[in-house]
Amino acid sequence: MRAGLAHAWTITKKDLRSELRAASAVITMVLLGFLVVLVFSFSTEAGSKDSALARSGVLWAAFLFPGLLAVGRSFESEKEAQCLEGLLLCPVDRGAIYLGKLLGSLIFSFASGFLVLIFFTVLYDVGLGLKWLALLGVMFLVAAGLAAVGTLSAAITAGVRARGALLTVLVLPLLVPLLIGAARCSVVLLGPEPWNGLGLWPVFMAIYDVLFMAVGFVLFDYVVE
Amino acid sequence: MSSRLKERLGLTTVLGAVAGAAMVFATVAAFVLAPREATMGDVQRLFYFHMPSAWVALGPAFTCVFGFSVAYLVTGNLRHDRVAAAAAEIGVVFTTITLITGPLWAKSAWGVFWTWEPRLTTTLILWFIYVGYLLLRSVSLPGHKRARLAAVYGIVGWIDVPIVFLSIWWWRTVHPRILGGGGFAMDTTMVWVLMACLAAFTLLFVYLLVLRTHMEGMSARLESLRPSRDEWGGDQ
Amino acid sequence: MPAVEAKGIGFSFGPLRVLRGVTLSVERGSVLTVFGPNGAGKTTLLKILAGLLRPSAGAVRVEGVELSEDPAAFRKLIGVISHYPYLYPQLTGRENLEFYARLYGLRQPKTDARDMLETMGLSSAMNRQVSGYSRGMLQRLAVGRALLHGPRVLLLDEPFTGLDHEARENLTALLRTLRSDDRTVLMTTHDLDGGLDLADRVAVLSGGSLVVDLPAAGLDPAGFLALYDEAVAKGRALATGGQARERGRVGERGRS
Repeated sequence: MRAGLAHAWTITKKDLRSELRAASAVITMVLLGFLVVLVFSFSTEAGSKDSALARSGVLWAAFLFPGLLAVGRSFESEKEAQCLEGLLLCPVDRGAIYLGKLLGSLIFSFASGFLVLIFFTVLYDVGLGLKWLALLGVMFLVAAGLAAVGTLSAAITAGVRARGALLTVLVLPLLVPLLIGAARCSVVLLGPEPWNGLGLWPVFMAIYDVLFMAVGFVLFDYVVE
Repeated sequence: MSSRLKERLGLTTVLGAVAGAAMVFATVAAFVLAPREATMGDVQRLFYFHMPSAWVALGPAFTCVFGFSVAYLVTGNLRHDRVAAAAAEIGVVFTTITLITGPLWAKSAWGVFWTWEPRLTTTLILWFIYVGYLLLRSVSLPGHKRARLAAVYGIVGWIDVPIVFLSIWWWRTVHPRILGGGGFAMDTTMVWVLMACLAAFTLLFVYLLVLRTHMEGMSARLESLRPSRDEWGGDQ
Repeated sequence: MPAVEAKGIGFSFGPLRVLRGVTLSVERGSVLTVFGPNGAGKTTLLKILAGLLRPSAGAVRVEGVELSEDPAAFRKLIGVISHYPYLYPQLTGRENLEFYARLYGLRQPKTDARDMLETMGLSSAMNRQVSGYSRGMLQRLAVGRALLHGPRVLLLDEPFTGLDHEARENLTALLRTLRSDDRTVLMTTHDLDGGLDLADRVAVLSGGSLVVDLPAAGLDPAGFLALYDEAVAKGRALATGGQARERGRVGERGRS
């Protein structure tokens, strides 16, 4: 078990190192997030009553675009150098590969999301404080769920031809519960509503994350067999 | 032809006949036997097709996709994969019917096409999952690999759908912005007609499933016999 | 106990039967070369022996260990050199080897990686990204990667393809060293000259069946060429025959 976690971490480190060296991919991701914030902001009005709702939409769209790219990259790079085979030759638990890749995607999507949030904060003059931190926390929960479902789906689509947007099409319907939760939370956190408006949503999202990580962990074996 | 095949075809035909008869009866019942609803009028009869379609899509069809996906992963028998694929295809059809009849009904009952009602919205998400499943199959090369990938996605999808429903329901309960959403009172005859339609649609589903699975099996056999392919495969 | 033992291996790729009833065994400290035309199923067989693909029929044992019984032990016994170098272009040579050393559970990954780089003559380039390596360097690093964990059995898929004369010599010398170290080598190739030299035993895979399986002693290139052609023809006939039988069977059922 400990060996498995160590292997997962080795894989995560390798992924992080590898991706950061191909800087253009990472930079493109973050830029995409910024651009989404910018472009979609033309359809929202800063001072209007529905502002929190509209701004939520912008924020999560800006998070998802780069997030989906990050998740897709996790197996793209293996495919490029045909390395998945090399990885599978090693005496490594398949679940450890899943966890390693998941963690890598999580770190990337959360990091780029963090930068996007900063850009968003500036553009929309969002107040800093506890609510802002909570928003970051919600973003982490979304990133975790995306990583869980996305890593499994990326492994699935890595094995087919003509991938295109298939990964996004497969992942988004599955993420609906998480996205509803995220939207509900950010409406409260970005608007004047009091804290108890959050209700049980964060707990719900956390349960979703844990559930799908477990499901992915079990099913990953079958995908890469 | 062999007696076993004759027997099988025989049973299927009987099933088809029964399903057909049931559907005819159900249609007649919906249009003739069921009373005219007070407020909505004849448009309400749409419900007798909407609800059973939704039932088939969410119930038997989707559960078959899940069940047979699990069965395939456990046994490795491609037959299970074929049933799952057939169920998904039929499921998409019934889901589409649900999604078309739903808004038509809603427009007439409440004046808007879409009300973000939890069941219908979940059906919409389900539609995307089904279609994603079929798309995934279409870009994979036939065989065990496709079966495995599809099975995994089918399983994840099935686990997700109840969670989707829960999240939408929660959302809508806390923030009820939509109008209506209530039903209409159903008298006894209506309930009976509805039951009849449910039964008929379910029978139809089973018949279509058997037929479609059989077709998948035949096309798989045809593939294996084709001599024009490079016999010795590629160096994979 | 043979180092590598495969019994009745069958594999189908969708509706296509790529391997049928392949049985072979390789004694420890010997070299088996499997020849065959393109499309005979050599790469598929190699992948099954390496534990990357699950056969539809049959079993593989390496040093007595079967994949399903103890996957970790099985994988540690095997080293693979294939068409792809399995190297991450963005990482340096050293980082690549350290990565694999860790995954193979080596106790001193950094030291082992460094030592292997030295053995392969890549010490000067070890801190350079692999994307900047020349073809020859990539080859050497790939070999280093395969041997890093000290596998008892080495599986090579068409190892001589695209190698220049010097690289060939080096690889052959390396394989000879492994053999004298009581390690086992199985390689596939469609190059009749290169493969024959080194082999203790030769086999021919054609149409998915292992048509020939003999000791290499006493085989001269000309004689072997004739044998090879005959084997390939026989294999094809077997494969077509198999298909015809299938069709015949179905025809019968349809008629009765």
